[in-house]
Amino acid sequence: MTSTAVKSRAAASGRAGDKIFSGAALGAGVLILITLFAVALFLLIQALPTFSADPAEITGGEGFFAYIFPIIIGTVIAAAIALVIATPIGIGVALFISHFAPRQIAGPLGYVIDLLAAIPSVIYGAWGYMVLAPALVPGYEWLSQNLGFIPIFEGPASQTGKTILTASIVLAVMVLPIITSLSREIFLQTPKLHEEAALALGATRWEMITTAVLPFARPGIISAVMLGLGRALGETMAVALVLSTGGLIPSLIKTGNQTIAAEIALNFPEAFGLRLAELIAAGLVLFLITLVVNMIARAIIARHKEFSGAN
Amino acid sequence: MSKRIDVNDLNVYYSKFRAVEGVSINIEAKSVTAFIGPSGCGKSTFLRTLNRMHEVIPGGRVEGEVLLDGDNLYAPGVDPVTVRSQIGMVFQRPNPFPTMSIRDNVLAGVKLNGKKIAKSDADALVEKSLRGANLWNEVKDRLDKPGAGLSGGQQQRLCIARTIAVKPDVILMDEPCSALDPISTLAIEDLINELKNDYTVVIVTHNMQQAARVSDKTAFFNIAGTGKPGKLIEYNDTATIFSNPAEQATEDYVSGRFG
Ligand SMILES: Nc1ncnc2c1ncn2[C@@H]1O[C@H](COP(=O)(O)OP(=O)(O)OP(=O)(O)O)[C@@H](O)[C@H]1O
Ligand SMILES: [Mg+2]
Repeated sequence: MTSTAVKSRAAASGRAGDKIFSGAALGAGVLILITLFAVALFLLIQALPTFSADPAEITGGEGFFAYIFPIIIGTVIAAAIALVIATPIGIGVALFISHFAPRQIAGPLGYVIDLLAAIPSVIYGAWGYMVLAPALVPGYEWLSQNLGFIPIFEGPASQTGKTILTASIVLAVMVLPIITSLSREIFLQTPKLHEEAALALGATRWEMITTAVLPFARPGIISAVMLGLGRALGETMAVALVLSTGGLIPSLIKTGNQTIAAEIALNFPEAFGLRLAELIAAGLVLFLITLVVNMIARAIIARHKEFSGAN
Repeated sequence: MSKRIDVNDLNVYYSKFRAVEGVSINIEAKSVTAFIGPSGCGKSTFLRTLNRMHEVIPGGRVEGEVLLDGDNLYAPGVDPVTVRSQIGMVFQRPNPFPTMSIRDNVLAGVKLNGKKIAKSDADALVEKSLRGANLWNEVKDRLDKPGAGLSGGQQQRLCIARTIAVKPDVILMDEPCSALDPISTLAIEDLINELKNDYTVVIVTHNMQQAARVSDKTAFFNIAGTGKPGKLIEYNDTATIFSNPAEQATEDYVSGRFG
């Protein structure tokens, strides 16, 4: 009799714990949604004057779309190049740390990479325009002379090296630690069971990685890349310091192009009235781009759910 | 194809710790050999040295020789990758690749080393391997569904199909039924009986009846105490081990009077 009483009391407190936990989880979820919604609402209200204004009064004099379109393209190009550079390197370094490096090297290397993620972006920007940009000038010259017939390498090359390609490379260095440390964590979590299954079938180390590790890590890699992309899209300081801005041009090695985040950062201090509304509208557009990209990433992950091993 | 295994004075280490000491054993081709013994006596450790899976564990190393039809697996210059494709292994917990379909799981080992295989050949091999693992009838209509969606027993037979698809000479099984229900267990035992027509099979089991049912010969391993290395105590025909063992320890263990 006592024992049933004890049991039911234990069960009751277990239920209370469940309730508290689910309440807290729900609360946290709702809070995030409210915050997001509040940010979106703020941006929308502040940006509204842009959309009702006379197109001639918008910067450039041809309306908001003509103003924002070139810098959307600039933003996307810079972030895309950064990811194209950082993703393979990040995955490679992460694999090296998790599956190839001897323990004495893997530990410190992982630590150094985590530290890279903590360096403030202004430092990356300073390094970009003082060291990297001048160093790249000869390379850009070479590209414009030998591959100049391809529009993206059309000359004359910038003499300062402060081009969108330099900015993209700086962005790549900045997102590299994010992609590397997240991928490494996921690679380390690959079940031993599946790694051994591959090895026991006669897989080499590399084949073990392609049959067991990479498929297991695929959704995690996509998430890591998306986080990196978020940083690349939203990065202001580094791009503002490195890029010598200008109108939208196809060449990556001439002065020109601009990104949304840098455009906002550069102009925000002196902006008021309609100009301020414009910049906030630009921020809203960046918010939407990030949202769309994340939705696409989720769709990619969900498409393979059946084969994710979650069942 | 099936080959015999001869082990000469094998010592197995985890870094400094000697887990198995001085094992010599001759395993006939086209037979089923069972390893029995108390937990921690080194059955799994020893089994994994037979296809060079032991050295996958950091610090894992081996002294002595393992001969596959006379060729030493541990001779210098022997590639463990080649060894493992000749000597397949089925693990305690079913481990089909979760991101692959049933069909791709069966072909996983075959497609390694950059080998290309024509679709018709692949189809034939998938059917043959799944039939060989007594799984074909249950999965033939859903070959493109994920392997992880099968029951535990079916997954284990899928793992056996995947192993026989690479046409090994020997199949090692480490407690292949311990995670399975009695019906699935019987299915696998039947399968082991058929497998011995074509392969040399070595199976670790904690189930005496299972050892008695499926094996031709039985090896009993034991340890003197914790921290001591495991040793091969007695190796003989299964009937002899269970009815008339030479060693007292063996008799105590198989009759359940142990410890
Ligand atoms: N990865 C490892 N590192 C260090 N020691 C290990 C490792 N795996 C096993 N051992 C040790 O080696 C000895 C033999 O273990 P093994 O797993 O081979 O025993 P077993 O006979 O298979 O036991 P069981 O019947 O419980 O599976 C044990 O003392 C164990 O603690
Ligand atoms: Mg074991």
